[in-house]
Amino acid sequence: MRLVVVMPFAMLALAGCQREERSLRLDPPVEAGLDEVRVMSNGIGGAPPKVYVALGRPYENNAFDLDQGKRLYDWFGCTGCHAHGGGNTGPAFLDGWWQYGADPVSIFVSIRDGRTAGMPAFGRYLTTEQIWQLTGYVQTIGAYSAKTAAPSRNDEMQSRPSENRAPATLGALQPPSR
Amino acid sequence: MRPRLKALLGAACALPGASCVGWQSTLSPQGPHAESLLRLIFAFAIVCALVWILVVAMLAGALMRRRRISREPLASRPREERRLGMLVGAATAATVVVITGLTVLSFVATRGLEASHDDALKLRMRGYQWWWEVTYLDPRPDRIFLTANEIHVPIGRPVEIELSAADVIHSFWVPSLAGKKDLIPGRDNAITFTATRPGVYRGQCAEFCGLQHAHMAFLVIAEPPEAFDGWRRAQLTDASAQTTSEEERGRGVFTQKACAACHTVRGTSASGSLGPDLTHVASRRYIAAGLLESTRGSFAAWIADPETLKPGSNMPNVPLTSDDLRDVSAFMASLK
Amino acid sequence: MSTLDISSDPRDTGLDERALARRLADLWQTPRGIIGTLSSVDHKIIGRRYIVTAFFFLLLGGVLALAIRIQLAKPENRFLAPDLYNQVFTVHGANMMFLFAVPVMEAFAVYLVPLMIGTRNIAFPRLNAFSYWIYLPGGITLWVAFALDMGPDVGWFAYVPLSGPQYGAGKRADIWAQMITFTEVSALAVAVELVVTIFKQRAPGMSLDKIPLFVWSMLVTSFLIIMAMPAIMVASTTLILDRLVGTHFYNPAEGGDVLLWQHLFWFFGHPEVYIIFLPAVGMVSTIVSTFARRPIFGYLPLVLALFATGILAFGLWVHHMFVVGLPRVGESFFTASSMAIAVPNGIQIFCWLATLWDGRPVFKTPLLFVIAFIITFVIGGLTGVMVASVPLDTQVHDTYFVVAHFHYVLVGGAVFPLLGAVYYWYPKIIGRMMSERLGRWVAGLVFVGFNLTFFPMHILGLIGMPRRVYTYGPEMNWGSINLFVSLSAAILAAGFLLFFVDAIRSAFSGEPAPENPWNAPTLEWATSSPPPSYNFERIPVVSSSDPLWETPETLPVATGLRTDRRELLLTSLSEANPQARESSPRDSIWPFLAAIATTVMLISSIFSAWAVVWGSVPIAVTLIAWFWPKGTPEDAA
Repeated sequence: MRLVVVMPFAMLALAGCQREERSLRLDPPVEAGLDEVRVMSNGIGGAPPKVYVALGRPYENNAFDLDQGKRLYDWFGCTGCHAHGGGNTGPAFLDGWWQYGADPVSIFVSIRDGRTAGMPAFGRYLTTEQIWQLTGYVQTIGAYSAKTAAPSRNDEMQSRPSENRAPATLGALQPPSR
Repeated sequence: MRPRLKALLGAACALPGASCVGWQSTLSPQGPHAESLLRLIFAFAIVCALVWILVVAMLAGALMRRRRISREPLASRPREERRLGMLVGAATAATVVVITGLTVLSFVATRGLEASHDDALKLRMRGYQWWWEVTYLDPRPDRIFLTANEIHVPIGRPVEIELSAADVIHSFWVPSLAGKKDLIPGRDNAITFTATRPGVYRGQCAEFCGLQHAHMAFLVIAEPPEAFDGWRRAQLTDASAQTTSEEERGRGVFTQKACAACHTVRGTSASGSLGPDLTHVASRRYIAAGLLESTRGSFAAWIADPETLKPGSNMPNVPLTSDDLRDVSAFMASLK
Repeated sequence: MSTLDISSDPRDTGLDERALARRLADLWQTPRGIIGTLSSVDHKIIGRRYIVTAFFFLLLGGVLALAIRIQLAKPENRFLAPDLYNQVFTVHGANMMFLFAVPVMEAFAVYLVPLMIGTRNIAFPRLNAFSYWIYLPGGITLWVAFALDMGPDVGWFAYVPLSGPQYGAGKRADIWAQMITFTEVSALAVAVELVVTIFKQRAPGMSLDKIPLFVWSMLVTSFLIIMAMPAIMVASTTLILDRLVGTHFYNPAEGGDVLLWQHLFWFFGHPEVYIIFLPAVGMVSTIVSTFARRPIFGYLPLVLALFATGILAFGLWVHHMFVVGLPRVGESFFTASSMAIAVPNGIQIFCWLATLWDGRPVFKTPLLFVIAFIITFVIGGLTGVMVASVPLDTQVHDTYFVVAHFHYVLVGGAVFPLLGAVYYWYPKIIGRMMSERLGRWVAGLVFVGFNLTFFPMHILGLIGMPRRVYTYGPEMNWGSINLFVSLSAAILAAGFLLFFVDAIRSAFSGEPAPENPWNAPTLEWATSSPPPSYNFERIPVVSSSDPLWETPETLPVATGLRTDRRELLLTSLSEANPQARESSPRDSIWPFLAAIATTVMLISSIFSAWAVVWGSVPIAVTLIAWFWPKGTPEDAA
């Protein structure tokens, strides 16, 4: 009987331990290591840095990092072109169609180095950790499955339903009709 | 136990012996608002202490008085009961009188604190996690300027501060000058106070606002009107020109690296608005909302590792070479 | 069971003592084994579990308090990082309020009220079992989350927007909100049981003017719970909705309001203080009367003061919001009402003093705690008058002055009487006496330690130290007082440690307790220590508010209850005239299973809104099984 009580908590423990941790300070060597992404020659896709994998891909699962990413998204004007994921002059994230690749490395590189179609390079303004945080958050906007660790809505006017209510796309992937 | 009030008064008097004479203390008021509040606190404290002494005396009397021979618990003694009933009734009536008196005193004090001023100095403070943005307002747009974490006020002139919050609830509190008032997202509040004596008074956020609630302080510097006008004119100017090549290079680092994305230094290309305005940062006494005194060393320490000094702060650890760090801290220290 | 011939005469009228005791024991006893343990509906077993669990949470919360004191002992201490500190003080506050203070008071009521009013079990005993099984996982949730670095870090008041979707990252605030749901469901259940028990199950003759004062205080408390807790359940549920499914209750940009949260929270939060304090008032009245060796002076004024406090408690929540910028007229009203509540509290103090004055005090440990209570609580009440004044409050609000104030009220006003109550009722509950010698040490250490710890905090607040700061600079001059406070906290902790040692030790090797060791006047002392599963062999009949003093030798009893099913005597509301015999439910495992199902639903709904849908299926199944008519004797009314 006691096992019944303990089991859910044990499962919670496994799921929760990394998700809620708040690492407020990244060691500079680790941060430097996080910058070393290896990208394919066409600029899309590649291998994440070893440190990133060794840390357990924190920027995709950690609630605090995802939340920080969301704040950066607002602060650094991402909404100007991408709105809250709906897209404007920049492409949308919600439709699940990624022109330059949906994997973290591609998104990271898009933010850091910019893209030819008009995406400016933010590497100058953001630290590597911040770019990773943004990467994680941007991925959750276009998520194919809802993420528990993902942050919820903003305290401002909404342009779409709250973010972790449901997967952004459920149907087959199609290029946006523009 | 008994001389508690004395202990309280004693502690209040002993404090000025220390170096920073109660610069954030209800007990060292520096303006009419705080003074009347302190009078109110003392009035209440004295009444309450008297009541407490009376109750404890009654308790001691009840426990220690001599008693005649024992009797049955249920022995009926209507006369005794009536006498006790009258005593309890009298004590209750006294309670009502005291409470009514204190309530009236409180209302009177509230009235005294309410007064409108036409000639008030107007500014706006906006709470951010975890710093204060200050805007000095003026009918002439070219006399409006932005600063952070430190306000100067002329003595003798009422100051009216519009309070708003950018993210979560904060609370404005300078105990030496006035009571506190919350900064609430979606609502506008205001607080008025007057400083009567020149001095440096510390304020601190009083509503829990997250990781660095403890490090969200600001200073109020009260100075004679002439000095205030001089300060205000200086604040209106752009950042002072760099004199050494080190500072010059630091300016280059500042505008090229991530710094400029969040901070403004008027007179340079740095015009970010996420962090405090740094145009005259070296003229302020503290950096990072009351965390460090603004020396060049502190600038370097803060820029090199903000997350160790103030964990959770939104200022990131920006990777800089040691040369860059030296130059940029020289540049910061030059922003008088 | 086998040897009994129950068909002949099911009534207890003709049975002799021994035969009756055997039949009743067979009927009321909780079955053995783990299933039996989990299915027990005996109010004494559940009450005891509640008390032990609540004190365990007190111990855990106390450890956190010490961690806070270590961190603040010196300026710029690095014992706790800010993130951990925020979790620590939040969990400390939430734990003490929701997992210790409210449950422990209700626990004493669950145990004592049926005994004090002379009945055999609480009303709705299965609901009672359910309430415990839902309280326990609520507490475990909070502490497991804390252990996983997932503990709430938004303060026990969880103000939005800090706890809202945008600033409360992760699931920490949801854990807080859902823990509230657990404890409030359990508190509401107990409150309903108590009201019905007190209204309908009193011993014959126990008219309204003869109800023991502890029972009166629990009646008022139960009504406070029933009226206050829905506000916080609405608040915590809407917070979860805001966070999980993107509603906008507290979002100013979309027509919500952050102050709405504060109103809802404090509409519950202030009565909460009285939910904790009023039972303590009842305990004090009981202890004072017993140890002053005379009936309580001013029974009627005391009861009326309870009612006045209970009603006024709902009219002063805004005094927690004096600095948010509300209109002046409103603030003035709440100043007046906050001040006014001092009057009924004053009446209570004066009545106790009069009782002690006129009585012949016997200085046993429980009375020592009452003396400590009066000295300390009066300070808390008076600083309460201070913070009720709007202008004064603008200086002390959210400073250590307020920390001192509410610890004086809650620890001085409720925990001291509670410790006294433990020493007083321990012999009844456990059947052994606690140590009188250690008890005096405990009372002394706790009293001295408490005052040395918390009195200087008043001064800290006045010299500008705000609450909930994880550290402070050396330039603030708060270091020496804080160090003094932290050292004094060690004395306080030693007192509590000694208390736990005494309580555990006495359970095994204490002196066996007689039926009525204190020569107390109320009915719970009319049965053996500890009481048998059926409480009383025959239901006592009462003709005085102090029945055991009125008729010390033999109590008149009522007969005629059946012995082939669990049966209670129902009496009328005001005069307690016998009205009917009512069956009382047997033990059942289903409340436990229903609680498990509810727990699964509540925890899962932190993570997915769909859990409310699929999670309600097991709850429905367990509830149907729980209420399924089985054709047992109880089903007949």
